[in-house]
Amino acid sequence: MDRDQDRVFKALANPSRRHLLDRLRADNGQALGAVCAGLEMTRQAATKHLAVLEGANLVVTIRRGREKLHYLNPAPIVDIHDRWIGQYERHRVRALSDLKKALEEAHHE
Amino acid sequence: MSKPEFVYVSYIATTAERMWAALTQGEFTQTYWFGRRIESTWSVGAPVTFFDRGTDVRTDGGVVLECDPPRRLVYTFRPEPDEMRRWGMSEAEIARHSSYSRVSFTIEPHEGVVKLTLVHDQLPDEQSARDFREGWAPILSSLKTLLETGKPLPPVQSVKEKSQANR
Repeated sequence: MDRDQDRVFKALANPSRRHLLDRLRADNGQALGAVCAGLEMTRQAATKHLAVLEGANLVVTIRRGREKLHYLNPAPIVDIHDRWIGQYERHRVRALSDLKKALEEAHHE
Repeated sequence: MSKPEFVYVSYIATTAERMWAALTQGEFTQTYWFGRRIESTWSVGAPVTFFDRGTDVRTDGGVVLECDPPRRLVYTFRPEPDEMRRWGMSEAEIARHSSYSRVSFTIEPHEGVVKLTLVHDQLPDEQSARDFREGWAPILSSLKTLLETGKPLPPVQSVKEKSQANR
C-alpha cells in the first residue's frame, strides 16, 4: 500500500501533472491531442507526465475505436482520504469544505 | 458512440470469484453499498433490483445486459421514481432522470490481485454524473475494505440522504 501511495504522492508533487488532472476533471475522457491542446508544454512532456500519472493509477485510459481516452481515476485519492479521514468524519469534513468554498466564492464576488 | 462519463479503477487484494460474489450477491452488497441488497438471476435480459436493507422497498433497478462470471457484468441502472421522491426531487427532476444509465464492471487478474474497472455511462446529465461520482467513491472503497479485511466500513449515508438531512 505504501509503495502505491509513494507513486501517487510523487505523481502529485508536480504542478504540470496537477494541471493535467484539473483538465481531466473539467472534461473527463479526452484523447491525447485534446489533453495537450493549449498547454504550455510540449506534447512529449505532456505524454511523459501522463505516463507518470498512469503509473500511479491517477489516470486510466480506455480505448474507443482508434482513440485512447484519458480519464481521471479517483481511486488512489479515495484511498488516501480513507486512510487519514475515515468514514465517520467524512460528513463533517465535507461540511467544512463546503463552508470554505461558499465563503471563498462570496469573497470573490 | 458516447464516451464513458465515469471510470474508476481499483486494485483489490482478492480473487475474481470473491469479487464476483461481492458484486452479485445481496448479502454482500448490503454490507458496502449504502445497505442496498441486489437481486437478480443474472441471465441476460433479467431484471436487476436493489432493495433497501432488510426490506422489500425497491430503491433502484435495471436489466442485465452482459453476464460473464467472473469477468464482466453490465446492467442498466436507474433509481426508482419513488426513491427519487423520497430524496425530495421534484416531478420535473424525476422525469429528467427517468432514462437508464449503464454500469459495467470488468474484473481482471493483475499481478496476484484483482483489477476492478467500473465504467458508468449514458448518464442523463452533468448533475447526475456528479451525484453518481460522489456516490461511487464510498461504495467502492468500502467494497475494497470488505474484500481485503473481511470487515466492511461502517455504513455511510448516501449523498442524497445527506443533502436531505441538511435541508
